[in-house]
Amino acid sequence: MEFLNASVIPYFNYWIYVVLMMIGLHAMITKNNLIKKLIGMSIFQTAIILFYVSIGVKTGSTIPILEHHHDEGHAETAHAVAESGDHHAEETDHEKSDHGNNEHAIEADHGIDPDHFANPLPHVLMLTAIVVGVSTLGVALAISQSIYKDFGSLEENEILAKIKQGGPGVDV
Amino acid sequence: MSEQLPAIILLAPLFGALLTGLAGNRDHRRCFPILISALAVSFGCAIALLVQVSQSGPIDYFVGGWNTERVPLGVGIQLRIDALNALLLVVITTVALLTAVYSFRRAGEENTEKTPQFYMLFQMLCVGLLGITVTADAFNLFVLVEVSSLTSYALVAMGSKSRGTVAAFNYLIMGTVGASFYLLGVGYLYMQTGTLNMAAIHEILADPAFGKSSTVFVAFILILVGVWIKMAFFPLYGWLPNAYSYCPSTTSCLLAPLMTKVSVYVMIRVMLSIFGADWVFQSLGWSHTVVWLAVIAILAGSVLALAQVELKKMLCYLIVAEVGYMVGGAWLANHWGMVGAIYHILADAFMTLCLFIAANIFIKHCRADRIDQLEGLFKRMPLTSTGFVVGALAMIGVPPTAGFFSKWYLLRGGIESGQWGYVIALLVSSLVNAVLFFRIIEIAYFGKNPAESHDHAHDEDSHQGQAGEATLLGGEGRPATVIPLLITAAIVILLGVFNAPVVEIIQQALEGMPVVGAAAAAR
Amino acid sequence: MKWFGLIATVFTGILLLSAVPDFAAFGDPDSPANGGLGDHPSVSQYYITDTYTDTKVPNIVTAVLADYRGYDTMFETVVIFAAGIAIFAILRSFSGPVAPSHPTAIDTSVEGDHQRIIIGTTCRVIIPVIQLFALYVVAHGHHSPGGGFQGGVILGASFILVALAKDLSAALGRFSEKRYLALGSVGILIYAGFGLLCVALERNFLDYEILHRIMPATDPIMARSHSMLGVEVGVAFTVTAIMFAIYANLSSKGRLEQGF
Repeated sequence: MEFLNASVIPYFNYWIYVVLMMIGLHAMITKNNLIKKLIGMSIFQTAIILFYVSIGVKTGSTIPILEHHHDEGHAETAHAVAESGDHHAEETDHEKSDHGNNEHAIEADHGIDPDHFANPLPHVLMLTAIVVGVSTLGVALAISQSIYKDFGSLEENEILAKIKQGGPGVDV
Repeated sequence: MSEQLPAIILLAPLFGALLTGLAGNRDHRRCFPILISALAVSFGCAIALLVQVSQSGPIDYFVGGWNTERVPLGVGIQLRIDALNALLLVVITTVALLTAVYSFRRAGEENTEKTPQFYMLFQMLCVGLLGITVTADAFNLFVLVEVSSLTSYALVAMGSKSRGTVAAFNYLIMGTVGASFYLLGVGYLYMQTGTLNMAAIHEILADPAFGKSSTVFVAFILILVGVWIKMAFFPLYGWLPNAYSYCPSTTSCLLAPLMTKVSVYVMIRVMLSIFGADWVFQSLGWSHTVVWLAVIAILAGSVLALAQVELKKMLCYLIVAEVGYMVGGAWLANHWGMVGAIYHILADAFMTLCLFIAANIFIKHCRADRIDQLEGLFKRMPLTSTGFVVGALAMIGVPPTAGFFSKWYLLRGGIESGQWGYVIALLVSSLVNAVLFFRIIEIAYFGKNPAESHDHAHDEDSHQGQAGEATLLGGEGRPATVIPLLITAAIVILLGVFNAPVVEIIQQALEGMPVVGAAAAAR
Repeated sequence: MKWFGLIATVFTGILLLSAVPDFAAFGDPDSPANGGLGDHPSVSQYYITDTYTDTKVPNIVTAVLADYRGYDTMFETVVIFAAGIAIFAILRSFSGPVAPSHPTAIDTSVEGDHQRIIIGTTCRVIIPVIQLFALYVVAHGHHSPGGGFQGGVILGASFILVALAKDLSAALGRFSEKRYLALGSVGILIYAGFGLLCVALERNFLDYEILHRIMPATDPIMARSHSMLGVEVGVAFTVTAIMFAIYANLSSKGRLEQGF
């Protein structure tokens, strides 16, 4: 229990990421079916995304977009309070005049407190990692489709057996 | 314009790929000139950069111009060219250019309807490899590793052999694990340092407080294992032999010399530029363990190569052994070991290219890929055989080829650090290489020439080729395949003869570094 | 293999967990990554405090993505493009048995007809809305979550929806193979072109600031903002094209015909 309180609960996200990642890695190594391997690969990559995003979390912060600075309860300035009313409308309908107001608000309230916004860098990095993951998965699916066309199976042991026999469709 | 070279060197093949996509589909004959001119521009940039770096020191290039006084280091992405990667840039562009010449018409035959796509992937692979080499940003390196990996999976899977697709699948799984480990390692570093720029991370890690940090330790292991998978270091080599031997011939000529070498470069870059030589060799104190792993890799690669009957498979296992040389050399923790490892990256790229081109020509003309089917080949193809023999001698380590000098430096490093296991492994491996290649040379040179059985194949080739070609060169392959082979063979010898200036440039790259710098060696 | 896999997995897991107690606490605003180390403020703090003065873009993620780390993003687009070309290269087959012109898989009974009418009509109404929304997501990436990748995926999905609701040839009629391959190249060409334009004006690659010289009525800071929109459009082109390319090739085993 002490261990749980001291090293698991404060780092809950990191424990979950390791568990997820190991599920993925285990599937990639031991599963016989190629598609199951790919599912493992997706879990594996997603776990890394969880890890990175966890790094960038700050307690009590909001998403790193400056307009939201004012309408999430961090309204320290009277200026921002007066303005917070039309901010919800702005979400859907971003009119020019509103935009102008906002710019003004940000400039008036020049000192931006970094603690109020989540760390933007991990988000950017993970956008890249997601894209890479999608691309890899796409190519992997294409390759497994091409394997199925040649061997008529997606089970690894059957494919290996066919390669050993040098059966039909296998040019060695 | 000359200060823009670090960007232009990889933009040239990128624009080449895009132009191939736009213009090549309608007429496949347009692809080849685009490829050659794009790579030639890159090659010119690489030479210019090497000259510039060796004269006036490292070049820093900030993409997006984020290097004003107001902006801290690491906000934008930095490219940095020092003597180490300038050399590698020249190697990559040269190998790519030679392979491109080799691929003339060959690529069209191997991928009839998809020639433009083949050339696009070819050029994007070059973009990835060049980008890995020039970048000084740990995360950017990951993105470019993925560019080069994705294209190489596709290039391996494109072939007509169904075993190639299975090999590509394994390659993809292993490659993804490797790249993901690297990414995770960078994440651990980012968590501790708050930056992604290599120099900035290095500066922060120099603080002795990080000497015992378990996060930095795990980050290093993750990155190391990641690049070991990518370079096929011994226990993690499983994907390599099948992927390189069942892919189309042009692909194997491009991948075999470059992919593993660039991964070795990444390892050295991470060791020296991110963690720093003193952290890796002194705080960690792992050199003995890793050198012993390298010894196992060298011996295992050599033994497995002995067991092969297919020519290309044998060469693939030799690559596994060669990776052992380089990893071992880099981890000897002294000046000459590191110099030898870096010099071996250069030498091995050309040796491997030489052997793979020759092997591919043999295989194409004999319609056979087993070693015992190469009988009487040397009489029919004297030029190709000369190229092969030069590559073989370099692999064995006969002077004055480049292979001799790289082994010489590695041995010197091994002796200086007292790693006798490594020294013996190098010698044993040279002996095994000698046995392997003399066996082939014996079969091909002294074996009787079964002219009857080969005449048929020969005739077909001369029909395929231009009319004059066959009579001019006897049984040789096309000039487009033989010329790059001979150029490569010449480079292997020249790199050996002129090893002193190259080593000087490498020493310039290592200058001032603890443990591996020349000053550290003198002490 | 089973046991080896389990041991390897457990070993890796323990290695990864061994570093966890050394981590900064979850959500700590002063951790090295968030708050910086000692007198080094971290780069993320710079991004939060200075993005608006540097670029006039309120969405910090967009600014970091398309400007500070725009070089990364360009290669990210290249990764997508490479994946599209890779799938084409692996799967696309031009020969082989000719497909039946009227695939047998389609249900021709009255009930099937009804279903087709309902699905077809719904899609006809909804697809323009989806596409409009995709354009909004691309264009509004400066001010709200969104940008080229997200918008591009939505736009690509709208074409996939056409293929799902009617058939692949209907979707290919709207967005043919020649066109999507070209659009994929054009997208990166736009992105790299912005970069090269900066080089032509004697600045570093992707240093958008200098583009105010050729953009009418902009100062250097707004030039950054506008160029970011430009490169996001390029990203959206490539992503749209490649998403549809991936679907089309995977769903038809590379034949681009219905009924396989």
